[in-house]
Amino acid sequence: MNQELKQEIAELKQQKTSQMYLTWVRFKRNRLSVIGLSFVLVVIFIAIFAPVLTPYHPYETDPFNRLASPSRENPLGTDELGRDLLTRLLYGSRIALQVGILIVLFEGFIGISFGLLAGYFGGWVDEIIMRLVDILRSFPVIILAMAIAGIMGQGLFNVVLAIGLVGWTTYARMVRGKILSIKEADYVEAAYAAGESTVSVILRYILPNVLPTAIIMVCIMMPTALIASATLSFLGVGVQPPLPCWGSIAAAGRDYIIRAPWISTTAGFFIMFTVLGFNFIGDGLRDAFDPTSKRN
Amino acid sequence: MGSTLLEVRNLKKHFPSTAGWVKAVDGIDLKIEKGKSFGLVGESGCGKSTLIRVMLKLLEPTAGQIFFDGQEITGYSFKEMRALRKEMGMVFEDPHLALNPRMTVFDIISRPLKIHGLARKKGDLTVQVVELLQSMGLQTEHMIRFPHELSGGQKQRIGVARALAVEPQLIFLDEPTSALDVSVQTKILKLLEKARQERDLTFFFISHDINLIRVVADIMGVMYLGKIVEIGPKELLLDDPHHPYTRGLFSAVPEPDPDHSITEIQLTGEVPSPVNPPPGCNFNPRCPHADDRCRVEEPEFRELADGRRVACHLY
Repeated sequence: MNQELKQEIAELKQQKTSQMYLTWVRFKRNRLSVIGLSFVLVVIFIAIFAPVLTPYHPYETDPFNRLASPSRENPLGTDELGRDLLTRLLYGSRIALQVGILIVLFEGFIGISFGLLAGYFGGWVDEIIMRLVDILRSFPVIILAMAIAGIMGQGLFNVVLAIGLVGWTTYARMVRGKILSIKEADYVEAAYAAGESTVSVILRYILPNVLPTAIIMVCIMMPTALIASATLSFLGVGVQPPLPCWGSIAAAGRDYIIRAPWISTTAGFFIMFTVLGFNFIGDGLRDAFDPTSKRN
Repeated sequence: MGSTLLEVRNLKKHFPSTAGWVKAVDGIDLKIEKGKSFGLVGESGCGKSTLIRVMLKLLEPTAGQIFFDGQEITGYSFKEMRALRKEMGMVFEDPHLALNPRMTVFDIISRPLKIHGLARKKGDLTVQVVELLQSMGLQTEHMIRFPHELSGGQKQRIGVARALAVEPQLIFLDEPTSALDVSVQTKILKLLEKARQERDLTFFFISHDINLIRVVADIMGVMYLGKIVEIGPKELLLDDPHHPYTRGLFSAVPEPDPDHSITEIQLTGEVPSPVNPPPGCNFNPRCPHADDRCRVEEPEFRELADGRRVACHLY
């Protein structure tokens, strides 16, 4: 083999950039998605360093200082039990992230697995899974989740279960649809014609083309999960007091909306901030994963 | 005459549908000679693409037999077929859909080599891929590109390189140029012809474009509604088409030479549905020569003295 060619190949190997890196480059170019990422990073930072950021404990009540206005000691005032509101909101990010991540993992795992099965195998497997999806989707999510919480009792894991039980159907539908289109693609047929095994076709041709969709789904479903869990808490069937949860803080503040409007509004702001962050990331990822968008 | 590389006998492929069985391929007999280029022409929807996929056993035949190199492969399992895939390559119609968007050109071309254990030595795989790229008129640097970074013509060159990588004996070409610009079409056809001569390949072309088949084929077949109506050496068919459908099809092509004329037949009517093909000869509702016999009795696909085979009661 001539030396020149070897040299050229070696140079190309260095030039070769990974797809992960290209995705990051495209993601970075979208200003909104970078803003979203920073929002989420802020929330994660708060969740990790909450004890350092505030001198109070979220359960620490002060009966003589109830519903206090914002002041130097309590920057956002106190709630109806005299607990520092900012402290509770900061600690609330832990609950929000925990619930959000658990829900998304739970429903994502079930939904993507079922979607894969239904899409790849088709036939009666598809029929059974998709009819189950149809049935579950005909229930109003929040009412169903309330019923589940009512039967099984309240608590963090039951919230995850209640929301995930219906939530996975969105993933299953999306992934199934994607697989149906990929399965029929010429490049899959070409792979079989070249002699690829079924396992290899799934791992090298189908999964890599479904994965971006699944990741985007997770990021887009995250805010939905957060809002759903906040709604359950707001309705009083979610995460239980005294755990600091944004939804229940907003619900508690509702009774004092005239006297202490900052309670509900700040809790709402925290929810909005986090949800917005994940939404922006989801949008940015969708563009970044698209291999047809131009390389910079 | 060379030896037969691939032969199918009474090959059928029917698909279920709500209206009944769609008879996409309905009893095909043909032989592909080693080293020859077979061109099959037919309208869209006549079952050409299905035929290729059944011959490659990407679809299971409903009935009939397939022989490759003298061996019957009809009953071959998925696993048994995998080993045989080394001998048969395929080039697809639309280069934009035929390449995995998440693989680099290097991966796309090297996969067949890896599957069949044909990488000469570990470090040589790259060299093999580069050689293939260069033989297709591409550069070394295309190796690290993704399909979306290439033009249609470049993608089709990659598609051809992938088919050629394992040095197969037979290559199926499913309208390899119809998605490309005319200028690019010529280049791809030249590359294919060069590869065929250098590597002693056998081609099986399908196309709806008679002019393409005219250029590339040695043997020509005409397909109508799931059946082959006429097969023969290209010159024979072009100079003196026998089957009324073949004649009708050829009269539809503008003839650049005013002195050259063939018996004109104006095709009228629509192609009947492959779910309910007409009884007898399936061309009878559109055929100007159709008589009562054509409406009842299906013509035999018989061989004539000049070496062609035609399915028509007229001959």
